[in-house]
Amino acid sequence: MILLTRKIEFSASHFYNNPSLSPEENRRIFGKCNNPHGHGHNYTLEVTVEGEPDPVTGMVLDLKELKDILEREVMQRMDHRHLNYEVPELTGQIPTCENISRVIWLLLEPKITQGKLHRVRLYESPDLFADCFRNGANAPGNS
Amino acid sequence: MSSPLKIELGRRYRFSASHRLHSAHLTEEENCRVFGKCNNPYGHGHNYVVEVTVSGNVDPATGMIANLADLDAYVERNMLDEFDLKSLNEDVPAFRDTVPTTENLCIEIFQRLKSFPSAKLERIRIEETGKNSFEYSGENSEGNRQ
Repeated sequence: MILLTRKIEFSASHFYNNPSLSPEENRRIFGKCNNPHGHGHNYTLEVTVEGEPDPVTGMVLDLKELKDILEREVMQRMDHRHLNYEVPELTGQIPTCENISRVIWLLLEPKITQGKLHRVRLYESPDLFADCFRNGANAPGNS
Repeated sequence: MSSPLKIELGRRYRFSASHRLHSAHLTEEENCRVFGKCNNPYGHGHNYVVEVTVSGNVDPATGMIANLADLDAYVERNMLDEFDLKSLNEDVPAFRDTVPTTENLCIEIFQRLKSFPSAKLERIRIEETGKNSFEYSGENSEGNRQ
């Protein structure tokens, strides 16, 4: 099995607030991230696809196709957007790395038809990231 | 397709420390041969990068596996305070009799962080330099189960 990874970057704003908690609780739990004016990040997304190389093309999947899928599903939805207000898939969720990576997984999984989505890794900064994957036999966390 | 989605959270920390690779079980010549420059009796140092990965349920109320402030404070107390700007050989009891290679450092840090109460410690990955990295996930899924 070959793992193939493509990286993209997008910039977006967000803030953390749970309307079912009091303002004090929100401030205590989320700290500076609770600022209602929001703040932004340069997110780096690494999308890893697993599969066998096609004997004719030598490819697991056409990178151009993966690039187009990422452009359509991620860049157009999230780049230069406010994640709290402009991404319907995140409605009702706190836009943490954990939740964004899961939304991205759910968006990409049905679109990747050559090979199979293996892992979504989303960096909010170089020092903080979330991994999303299916917890099966080849799960990256089991390596 | 049917297996459940799993989310892990990775956080990178940095500390600088010195060490010397030397084993009391080897002769001077053997130490020199096995450890080379790393056997220099005066020691040397690295800027270590430690990647701590935890897993658990994403709390719907917070969107988080674990509150980062809690993780940062736990790592500060149990790792950074003990290792940053220290000599691993002289200042860390675990390395009095164990060679402070980055392999052993992974195991030591895993032991120190595995009882983090808010999430399950999945693995410790350490970059000793930009070119060398080491990873440890515990034995038999050891760690704080959620």
